[in-house]
Amino acid sequence: MTVGQLLFIVVSAATLLSALITVINRNLFHAALWLIATLFGVAALFVLLEAGFLAAVQVLLYIGAIATLIIFAVMLTRRLMTETREAVNSEWWLSAALAGVLIVLLIAIIGRVPAWASTAPQADVSGSIAELGQALVSPDLYVLPFELASVMLLVALIGAIIIAREGRR
Amino acid sequence: MDLLKDPLVFLYLQIEATLRSAGLAPELVNVAMQLIGVVVVATFCLLLIIFTTWLERKVVARMQDRLGPNRAGPFGILQSIADVIKFLTKEDLMPTGADRWVFNIAPLMAVIAVLLIWAVIPFSWNVIGTNVNIGVIYVVAVGAFGTLSILMAGWGSNNKYALLGAFRVVAQLISYEVPMILALLVPVLLARSMRMNDIVMAQGVWFIVLAPIAALIFFITSLAEVGRTPFDLLEAESEIVAGYHIEYSGMKWALFMLAEFLHAFTISALFATLFLGGWRGPGVGDLNRPGIPILGVVYFLIKSFLVYFVVMWVRGTLPRIRIDHMLAFCWKFLTPVALVNISVMAVVDKLIPATAGLWGRAGILLLTNLVMGAGILIAVAMVAHRARQREAALLAQAEALPATVGTAR
Amino acid sequence: MVPLNWYLIVAALLFCIGLYGALARRNAIAVLIGIELMLNAVNINLVAFWRYLTPQLISGQAYAVFVFTVAAAEAAVGLALIISIYRNRETVVVEEIDILKW
Repeated sequence: MTVGQLLFIVVSAATLLSALITVINRNLFHAALWLIATLFGVAALFVLLEAGFLAAVQVLLYIGAIATLIIFAVMLTRRLMTETREAVNSEWWLSAALAGVLIVLLIAIIGRVPAWASTAPQADVSGSIAELGQALVSPDLYVLPFELASVMLLVALIGAIIIAREGRR
Repeated sequence: MDLLKDPLVFLYLQIEATLRSAGLAPELVNVAMQLIGVVVVATFCLLLIIFTTWLERKVVARMQDRLGPNRAGPFGILQSIADVIKFLTKEDLMPTGADRWVFNIAPLMAVIAVLLIWAVIPFSWNVIGTNVNIGVIYVVAVGAFGTLSILMAGWGSNNKYALLGAFRVVAQLISYEVPMILALLVPVLLARSMRMNDIVMAQGVWFIVLAPIAALIFFITSLAEVGRTPFDLLEAESEIVAGYHIEYSGMKWALFMLAEFLHAFTISALFATLFLGGWRGPGVGDLNRPGIPILGVVYFLIKSFLVYFVVMWVRGTLPRIRIDHMLAFCWKFLTPVALVNISVMAVVDKLIPATAGLWGRAGILLLTNLVMGAGILIAVAMVAHRARQREAALLAQAEALPATVGTAR
Repeated sequence: MVPLNWYLIVAALLFCIGLYGALARRNAIAVLIGIELMLNAVNINLVAFWRYLTPQLISGQAYAVFVFTVAAAEAAVGLALIISIYRNRETVVVEEIDILKW
């Protein structure tokens, strides 16, 4: 068991545990905080995968923006300070069974490709930020999805403002 | 000679050699050295706070024509220590109905979010926590982490004033992140790299000469991010009853104050690194030239304290800005200016011929910034002129109404 | 040396946990949290495949950046919708938001 493997196991165990508590917790604010712990764990996994820029963007975007937005929504849509009603609906066992079946299927599929069990991470990692930037604006790479993504963000921005504004009652 | 010129790296190598000869595995030695570095940097920051709080109180007091603390020790130097003792002995309250874990973790997270920034600030060309290749984005990401602690404090206090205060603070912080990131991109653009040490080493001419508008925007938005005057609606005791840390007492409140003062010094250090040349100065070497690396630490501290003095100066001089003025200023003025700034700088920097040399490039970019600044001032003047005309027209219209309207009181 | 299938299994587990959260919870915001977990699992998958199979191409990271963008936009619009529904209907329980016309 090398240090790298030990580190990976600790980080992924923490992430999965936080995710589990997130979806089980009755208190929505606590669920949001455990979500933040999960997102932090995912950022740590990105660092282990040597995608440092994505880790920083994950913290900045997910924790700094999306999780803050979720916490705002939790605070703005509560009637009582504590959740006294049921957290899960009446068919929760069906969802749990479905998730269980899916995980078994996925692990079986992953196990069928023996190459993935023995692939070592390759040595030459490109992944410099300059290269990512050039890929996003290069005409023969990803400039079209990039421009479409910016239009989509503009549409989402305008839409969110209009939907959530105090309309005329 | 090495000990005199470069004591920090000398000590580091000595400790590492000792650990290695004690028989530890090389990976463990690495981890141990990193941990020692973390402890040293964190202790340095926390000790610095004791000094900077005293400095702040004396300087702001002198600006306000009074003396500041002068009883606890000569010139009041021991005042901070007396304050720490006071905080440690105060009762640790928790309001009824408060969320225990959230209430207790919030001040810790505030301090952690600020201490994490010190991992990437270069003290000298070979003294840096970690020269990670995403230095600038790491700083922004960790700053975004700090807004969470405020939300947790506001929610965990079970107090509607705290919650309202937390909402306003977070609105201010996330609004001012946008122009801050845009202004931070300009040194990255000019240095062609996000590593903090690369940005410092690319400053043959200080970036404040090359990009004064970006420096100004970064300064203003950082002040808003920290929550210092004139943007200190967060702790306006007279207005929102001390905002989100109303329910905190004793050491937890001291942790919030510590986080704020440390953050103020951190942004001074960041400004010095990104725009004032960091550890650069006469006599300090480089990766390629021999020199005295410890002088780099001295220059860095001098520049940081200079910027911190300006921060204190602004605090002692300007009045508080109202929340709606503050948000309008951010979204309607700073963000468009920052966007125009980065676009123009990117285009001009690309068009500069390579034969221009260091000072030629500096001159061209400075000229561009001056032209942009003039354009912005002219645009603001035109908008203000039109607003004044509209107001004068409305006033004239109101006065032209028959007199009976006004007398019906 | 961590083999690739460890990362894939972690991502699959995270996806299934998110799926359970999205399907079984009553609060609309909790459903959104489940969706965010699923998107994160997809991202881990993408970056793991990039790192192990084609680290010399940058496409894996670019794809992950697009997933970030879409997730952010979707979270913003979703939460705006939830807040708007709360203002009109005083509830965020998905079971009670069950009429198409009001």
